[in-house]
Amino acid sequence: MSTASPDHKDVDAHTGTATTGHEWDGIRELNTPLPKWWLNIFYACIVWAVGYWIVYPAIPLATSFTKGVIGYSSRGEVTQELADLQSARAPMVKALAGASFADIEKDPKLLTFARAQGKAAFGDNCAPCHGAGGGGSKAFPNLVDDDWLWGAGSLEDIQQTLTHGIRSADPEARAGNMPAFGDGVLKPVEISLVSDYVRSLSSLPVDKAVDLKAGEKVFAENCAACHGDNGKGNNELGAPNLTDQIWLYGSDKVTIAEGITKGRGGIMPNWGGRLDAGTIKALAVYVRTLGGGR
Amino acid sequence: MGPVKFATIAAVFWGIAGFTVGLIIASQLAFPALNFDLPWTAFGRMRPLHTSAVIFAFGGNVLIATSFYVVQRTCRARLAGDLSPWFVVLGYNFFIVIAGTGYLLGITQSKEYAEPEWYADILLTVVWVVYFLVFLCTIIKREEPHIYVANWFYLAFILTIAVLHLGNNPSIPVSIYSSKSYIVWSGVQDAMVQWWYGHNAVGFFLTAGFLGIMYYFIPKRAERPVYSYRLSIIHFWSLIFMYIWAGPHHLHYTALPDWAQTLGMTFSIMLWMPSWGGMINGLMTLSGAWDKLRTDPVLRMLVVSVAFYGMSTFEGPLMSIKAVNSLSHYTDWTIGHVHSGALGWVGYVSFGAIYCLVPWLWNKPKLYSLRLVNWHFWISTLGIVCYISAMWVAGIMQGLMWRAYTSLGFLEYSFLETVEAMHPFYIIRAFGGGLFLAGALIMVWNIYKTIVSPSEETEVSATPALVPAE
Repeated sequence: MSTASPDHKDVDAHTGTATTGHEWDGIRELNTPLPKWWLNIFYACIVWAVGYWIVYPAIPLATSFTKGVIGYSSRGEVTQELADLQSARAPMVKALAGASFADIEKDPKLLTFARAQGKAAFGDNCAPCHGAGGGGSKAFPNLVDDDWLWGAGSLEDIQQTLTHGIRSADPEARAGNMPAFGDGVLKPVEISLVSDYVRSLSSLPVDKAVDLKAGEKVFAENCAACHGDNGKGNNELGAPNLTDQIWLYGSDKVTIAEGITKGRGGIMPNWGGRLDAGTIKALAVYVRTLGGGR
Repeated sequence: MGPVKFATIAAVFWGIAGFTVGLIIASQLAFPALNFDLPWTAFGRMRPLHTSAVIFAFGGNVLIATSFYVVQRTCRARLAGDLSPWFVVLGYNFFIVIAGTGYLLGITQSKEYAEPEWYADILLTVVWVVYFLVFLCTIIKREEPHIYVANWFYLAFILTIAVLHLGNNPSIPVSIYSSKSYIVWSGVQDAMVQWWYGHNAVGFFLTAGFLGIMYYFIPKRAERPVYSYRLSIIHFWSLIFMYIWAGPHHLHYTALPDWAQTLGMTFSIMLWMPSWGGMINGLMTLSGAWDKLRTDPVLRMLVVSVAFYGMSTFEGPLMSIKAVNSLSHYTDWTIGHVHSGALGWVGYVSFGAIYCLVPWLWNKPKLYSLRLVNWHFWISTLGIVCYISAMWVAGIMQGLMWRAYTSLGFLEYSFLETVEAMHPFYIIRAFGGGLFLAGALIMVWNIYKTIVSPSEETEVSATPALVPAE
């Protein structure tokens, strides 16, 4: 396979290249020169890197570093980008801040802007509980329907809820609890009776043996104060309408009985301190357009 | 059973364990219910188990087995010490068990790829120093006048990993009886040291060490001389010199000072050709033996590994460019990049080396079945392609969604929507990982059947039989 060359190095027959003359465990090495293209690209990369060091911040000094000829800094870059974004939004943000809800509803441009801002804010702040489309889930209200637990779903009502929250730490939060009737108020048998009665309000099937009259009596004495005599609820107190087949926790008897026994009191955070007033206003518009008022 | 055989078996065992945990966490990302709401099975504990199992347990045992084998063959010298090689192999695997069980119990330093706590770190330090001494002393007492290139890479790997391990892990235990410790570095300095370590774990553990494997097993299997001695010198020293600076590219657009980001990025770009020098030397060694790729799936695996090495060492510098990084960082593109290197390069060069080693070590005429190697090759190649293309699409899509603005100046997509969009790609990725594991299981069967097959009965004849040229 190989022949000795004048300088006593083997020459590989296939490539015609000399080996280095060494052999390890049968492995030899050719003395092929560095590929030209490889060397040229390597040099080009080094030249480019040196050029980059001149243009951009690169060399650490005792207390500072070379700033580069174009004065770039990544902090400066992000500051500039944020400033550009804010100045692009500024006219509409200003208009939105000064507009009443009535103004927004009348002005299609303002309405479009508010919905766009609201959608972005909703995705990052509200969607984790209420779902990406506002469809809600167990214990987190569906915002797409026109059923409102608090207020009539007016823009002002929604703004109030967003700003101060529900059962939050905010002193102006919407307050009102479903008490725990299992804490000595009602006996388990009464809770069972009234659970069946509540199901019957929404025309859900109930065991024929159940005494609905007895359940109605329990309801009238304990529940009607908030949920109304006919179970239609009271959106000043956040007491849900029990007749509309819309359920926050679930319509099965076990879930209803659980709510009556242990009470319910889901918390909506007060966003007033976390989001600025303009964003909350935009969110109110966006949420309202998801479902609409009553 | 000697230490090399033990480490070979351990590599296969940990490989299957690590790939399996990888498949589990890939499935958890697609279907979070698979976390089972238990602390021990949660993604947060399983993920370091996966990375440590594949890098340090599988990769580490492959490196120890091959380095101990190669250094003896290419130095014509027995390993230095009688008990020390055993101490290295057993001590290292004991470290892996301690570290891995700790992760599942929630014991971690929370430093990526350096999760083991102080007591495990001390054990590893002792083992590693012995490993270094065994390797170095074997080289010193060699019968060959020159040190073979594979041993340069192995030695650079062992020495640098020691330095990295000591630099990144100094910590103060809460008490001598507590598993908890605090790292002495803090803030952005800690981040910098961590990624100096993290990037060079890739550079020296997963690159230099495995290049050592490549430099022995490819010329050996192809029965061809190494393409260029000169290239091996230049790319060795340039690789060693450039890699150690590239860590800051993991911290682009963070609190890390701009000058450090610049150096990390420019050294990554300069690293491109030094990396490709290894690829050229690996691929061009096939010159005159390309026809063997048709008939020898083991050689094919080794060569494809070098191709993946070339691909990921082009992708790496590309992703280190700040403008590209602003899109790719924190997305699954990074995961795809890592796995084209991990599955394609490290995985395949390891499988190729194991397929070579097992018949040699157990004195068998050949592998049980080359057809099964062929199946392993194609199934896992399909797996890798599914994995990395899914992650490319998912990662770039994720990056584009994160930065998309509406014409009114608001973010187009919420974070939730980007997660939803990833779901199908997470399923494809888990499927690809499943194929990779399936291929590795075929390897286990093949190796088992090879080891239990009858040993070579006739002595290898002094002169190989003449075979007419095709």
